[in-house]
Amino acid sequence: MTLNQTPTLPAGTYLSGRRTRILSLLGLSAALVAVIALATSIGSVQIPFSTTFGILLDKLPFVDITQTWQNVIATIVLDIRLPRVILAGLVGASLAIAGATYQGLFRNPLADPYLIGVAQGASLGAVIGFLLPVAWNIAGFGLIPLLAFCGALLATATVYMLARVGKTLPVTTLILAGVALSALLGSIVSYLIISSGDKMHGIIFWLMGSFSMSQWSEITVVLPYIVVGTAVIIIFARILNVMQLDEEQAQQLGVNVEKLKLILLAAATLITAASVSFVGTIGFVGIIIPHAVRLIWGADHRFLLPLAVLTGAIFMILTDLVARTVLAPTEIPIGVITAICGAPFFLYLLRRRKKAIF
Amino acid sequence: MIELEMQKVTLGYDHHPVLEDISLKVTPGEMVGLIGPNGSGKSTIIKALSHVISPESGKILVDKRDITHIPRRELACMVGVVPQLPLLPSTFTAFEIVLMGRNPHLGLFQSEGKRDWAIAWQAMEKTGTDELANRYVNELSGGEIQCLLIARVLVQETKAILLDEPTANLDIGRQGEILDLIKKLCTQNNLAVLAAVHDLNMAAQYCDRLLLINERHIYAEGTPREVITDRNIKEVYGAENCVYTHPVNGLPTVLLGAHINKTNGK
Repeated sequence: MTLNQTPTLPAGTYLSGRRTRILSLLGLSAALVAVIALATSIGSVQIPFSTTFGILLDKLPFVDITQTWQNVIATIVLDIRLPRVILAGLVGASLAIAGATYQGLFRNPLADPYLIGVAQGASLGAVIGFLLPVAWNIAGFGLIPLLAFCGALLATATVYMLARVGKTLPVTTLILAGVALSALLGSIVSYLIISSGDKMHGIIFWLMGSFSMSQWSEITVVLPYIVVGTAVIIIFARILNVMQLDEEQAQQLGVNVEKLKLILLAAATLITAASVSFVGTIGFVGIIIPHAVRLIWGADHRFLLPLAVLTGAIFMILTDLVARTVLAPTEIPIGVITAICGAPFFLYLLRRRKKAIF
Repeated sequence: MIELEMQKVTLGYDHHPVLEDISLKVTPGEMVGLIGPNGSGKSTIIKALSHVISPESGKILVDKRDITHIPRRELACMVGVVPQLPLLPSTFTAFEIVLMGRNPHLGLFQSEGKRDWAIAWQAMEKTGTDELANRYVNELSGGEIQCLLIARVLVQETKAILLDEPTANLDIGRQGEILDLIKKLCTQNNLAVLAAVHDLNMAAQYCDRLLLINERHIYAEGTPREVITDRNIKEVYGAENCVYTHPVNGLPTVLLGAHINKTNGK
């Protein structure tokens, strides 16, 4: 084929769409930094925005800012609020990208990170952890997070095994197996909760999610899973676009569909499991953030995935801010706030845009 | 240049054979038509030659290599497929769908560049789909989507093309245009082309060779004149005395007459 002319019309429009999305990526990154600073400033002790910024900047390498604040303030910012904000951001980002991955892989708008057993597996693990009369710590995981993490992975692995037919993994079978196993585990969890006596409050609070126990040590434990998983998913973004055709066409365009499913399921499940094991099964973010991003910026996974990461992080930091400040000193479980804050905004987006989104 | 070959291949789903003991060959520069009644297995042969399904027995060779040993991405650089009118994701534009044809040529860490855009744009011009470039595919008609899929297979730049009912949704003018284009590419670029065609007249006009499939076997094979005969059409389709000779080019032409025998086959 000779390439005698430069294409103008479609590639031009195509490129201008890309430019807008690249600018949005940069804008959202800046917004994320601002939101982190904002969320660290607000709390029971009000710290001026400039001071927070100063403390945060001072921690960066090669930046030296003359200290104008008390050490106590620095401790509040760096050791109490910042880990909480960072963990909220990480979890929001993880749930959003995992949700986008499942939706893309299953070509199903109702998919969310908990569809194939992660949430109920983690819940069962955590509830068992609450009921055991012992406590220990392995590889930085406390007992409850460890059991939640193992429960999530075990449940997903079981669903995967059950759904395999020969050498293939039919998506519908996978979803149905996930729904069925989740129902089974869910009822076990319900039974354990009602027979848990005085531990019931703690368990329910955990299930609805909270960042109140956030520490730097937790971040160092979950970070590797999240970074590796997210990187793997983003590498496959273009191929995930091709998967939006049906599986047969994707194969005929050179995609090893079964291998892709295995890799992406493993990556998305791992980051979801790592996230929920420390903070509980926070709902809504994983299903709605990807759709909101799709509504605003379109369905190209090369932009959808990173934009979902940033939007998810910002959304979760802000909702956690609401959760800990609105009724302070009482904290509202984050799972309650995500839907109260997010659903109206999502419905607004849905009404505004009339064309197909999925 | 690539040759497609099936050696005594049995194909089926869940061990129910759809086709048994099939041997066929498509050589470079040749346009071969697959004809046969509904459900005779035309699409199954196309799926097997693009390794969407694996043969239960026998061997499928692409470029003299066993298809089961060719990595999928490499195979997609050799064999391109125009599927039978699929549902396309409504969130992509026509240009983006055509551009997906570049997928097998791109590594995991690569993205489409200027050259890929130019290839996609040219294929859209050739197939008359350039005006649709920025439209979302859920707004397009069946015929427009068919043309897009043909543009996509051109973008794939393969040496062999498999087409499953490429003209089923096209008006008569577009049918001619698209088949002319495929025929031209086939002879000019020495492509091996295998097309499942429902319309016997189109098959007779455009294909160098026809394979008539019936009851799990290749019933007849040869030039259109050898395959489309009164006897074969009656045996396979149950339609009697309907083969005529085209007044201009002398190729066989099927016209349904007054009498159609409803009982199929033997």
